[in-house]
Amino acid sequence: MHQFLVLTTQGITSGMVYAALALALVLIWRSTRIVNFAQGAMAMFTTYIALWVIQTSGSYWLGFVVALASGLVAGAVVERLIIRRIASGPPLNPVIASLGILLFLEAVVPMIFGGQIRGFPPALSFFGFKVAGVDMPFSPFDLFTFAGVLATMALLYALFRFTGLGLQLRAAAFAPEVARLLGVRVGRMLTIGWALASMVGALAGVLVAPVTLLAPNSFDSVLVFAFTAAVLGGLDSPLGALIGGLSLGLALSYIGGYMSSDLETVGALLILIVLLMVRPQGFFAGTSHRRV
Amino acid sequence: MSRFTSSSTILRHLGWAVVAALAAGVVILFVDPYPDYQLAEVALFGIAAAGLTVLTGFNGQLSLGHGALMAIGAYTTALLLRQSPTVAVPLVMLASVAAAGLASVVVGAAAARLRGPYLAGATLALAVGLPGVAIRFSKVFGGDQGISVPPIETPSFLGADFPPERWLALVSMVALLLAFVFLANLTRSRFGRDFRAVRDDEIAAALAGIRVAGNQVSAFVVSGCCAGLAGSLLAFWAGLTAPSGLGLPLSLQVLAAVVIGGLGSLAGAVWGAVAVVYLPQLSSSLTEALHLPGVVKDNLPLALYGAAFVVTMLAFPQGIQGGLRLLYRKLWIAIPSRRDI
Repeated sequence: MHQFLVLTTQGITSGMVYAALALALVLIWRSTRIVNFAQGAMAMFTTYIALWVIQTSGSYWLGFVVALASGLVAGAVVERLIIRRIASGPPLNPVIASLGILLFLEAVVPMIFGGQIRGFPPALSFFGFKVAGVDMPFSPFDLFTFAGVLATMALLYALFRFTGLGLQLRAAAFAPEVARLLGVRVGRMLTIGWALASMVGALAGVLVAPVTLLAPNSFDSVLVFAFTAAVLGGLDSPLGALIGGLSLGLALSYIGGYMSSDLETVGALLILIVLLMVRPQGFFAGTSHRRV
Repeated sequence: MSRFTSSSTILRHLGWAVVAALAAGVVILFVDPYPDYQLAEVALFGIAAAGLTVLTGFNGQLSLGHGALMAIGAYTTALLLRQSPTVAVPLVMLASVAAAGLASVVVGAAAARLRGPYLAGATLALAVGLPGVAIRFSKVFGGDQGISVPPIETPSFLGADFPPERWLALVSMVALLLAFVFLANLTRSRFGRDFRAVRDDEIAAALAGIRVAGNQVSAFVVSGCCAGLAGSLLAFWAGLTAPSGLGLPLSLQVLAAVVIGGLGSLAGAVWGAVAVVYLPQLSSSLTEALHLPGVVKDNLPLALYGAAFVVTMLAFPQGIQGGLRLLYRKLWIAIPSRRDI
């Protein structure tokens, strides 16, 4: 029973991380109809920057803030320099370009920071709470991850729902031509959208690195999980990304705990395939349509 | 020229294959063993890239999982030779092709229901996930250490001092040419036209009587068989089948060959394979000349692939073959181009 509880809290914690990275994919998909396969690699890059800051300054929170800020910058730069120039071409081209960014980052990061696997400090302790001498199945770190992702999502929701900028962002994604006619700077909105998405990705990186450890390719499987979570939720719905991430996190935690952790990626693949066969539009997508 | 090349498609392709075989044979016999070894690598990447270009360029399905299909071919070769070391090499390769073909029926059936990013994501999951199976079931697949593969035995009539690398290069080149004649004929046949029709407009293709799903599955199987053959050659080439060499980077390398060479052109697959094989060498001589540390040397090729993806997409979406075609048209503007895809 205790193992079940531990696996459940672990599943929820990693599920929140998948949900954050899935949210990054969803935000970009909503605005540009592109799946950014470089999302994981960009998070890896910002996490390395955070680690460097933490080691030089000795302050975890400074590294945390720097990671989020560099995520913002990285997203904006990628959109401005690369994606904008090819987004209007065949849909295959942005996919290939994002894979190029993935390869490039995974090769350049070890050149800068060294290729060995690094540990990454958690924000708060890994050790479980003790209440009246009994081990609780969750730790301060689990709580921090849960609350951090939830707070970020709430802030983003508020931004999109209640501010003028959010309205413009939604308009630019939903109907670019009309929005442009009404005076929305659509290009700038796309840049902001990519920056926000990549900041959420950077958050996911900082939160998952203490668990997966930090190596140039250690977020490959996290990206696969996040993509699966996003598809579970319909690729179009931020709430779907949250629920998809949580359910995937739980499922993979049970697979890893009761069977073998090497099978987690294969498990995600099976879930993805079955899901796409049964319900390709996911569980939370609004309208289903396919461009022909 | 077109008068005597256009009489029969298969004869024309066989003629080109004989010319290419003679040229490649001469080169392979006269260079040193190490360049032979690299030519074998070019040939195996050429096969895999040609298969992927049929799937992606002709049929419009993107696969990021071709490294996984190559892994299936490689493990079939390794396991078969471990069980019974005396099996003839062509049979081993055929078995690898069949195994990868079978796997692609499954993957293709799933892929036929998926479009664009969904397909890319699902095949990405395959590429990332499959090495985990080899590690998990280490009793069968040898775990992280992998399974060693004996070299292809050189036939005795070639003499005892005939280098094994040279024989491997000859075998790989023959496999490449066979695969190319097959694919070149296929893409000019009714199947190839159906592939392109489905790529360009699925609804119109369905209205014209093409079974879209079946067509997409068969494209995946053709492509997967090529990946299986390439994987078998890769096992012989590396002398080892291990999960570390068969992960996502391999899939992306094959994709790099296709993208750099020019999507949707078989000739482009060869240019791309040449680029993929010689780019790392170029970068390692560059790092040695500049006295850069080892970690740079190890990672520069991947960084160059990545940069090449982005630059190709930004500046030359048609790749090397597109550039050559443009050059050809500029130089012989008077000759109308005979066939365009």
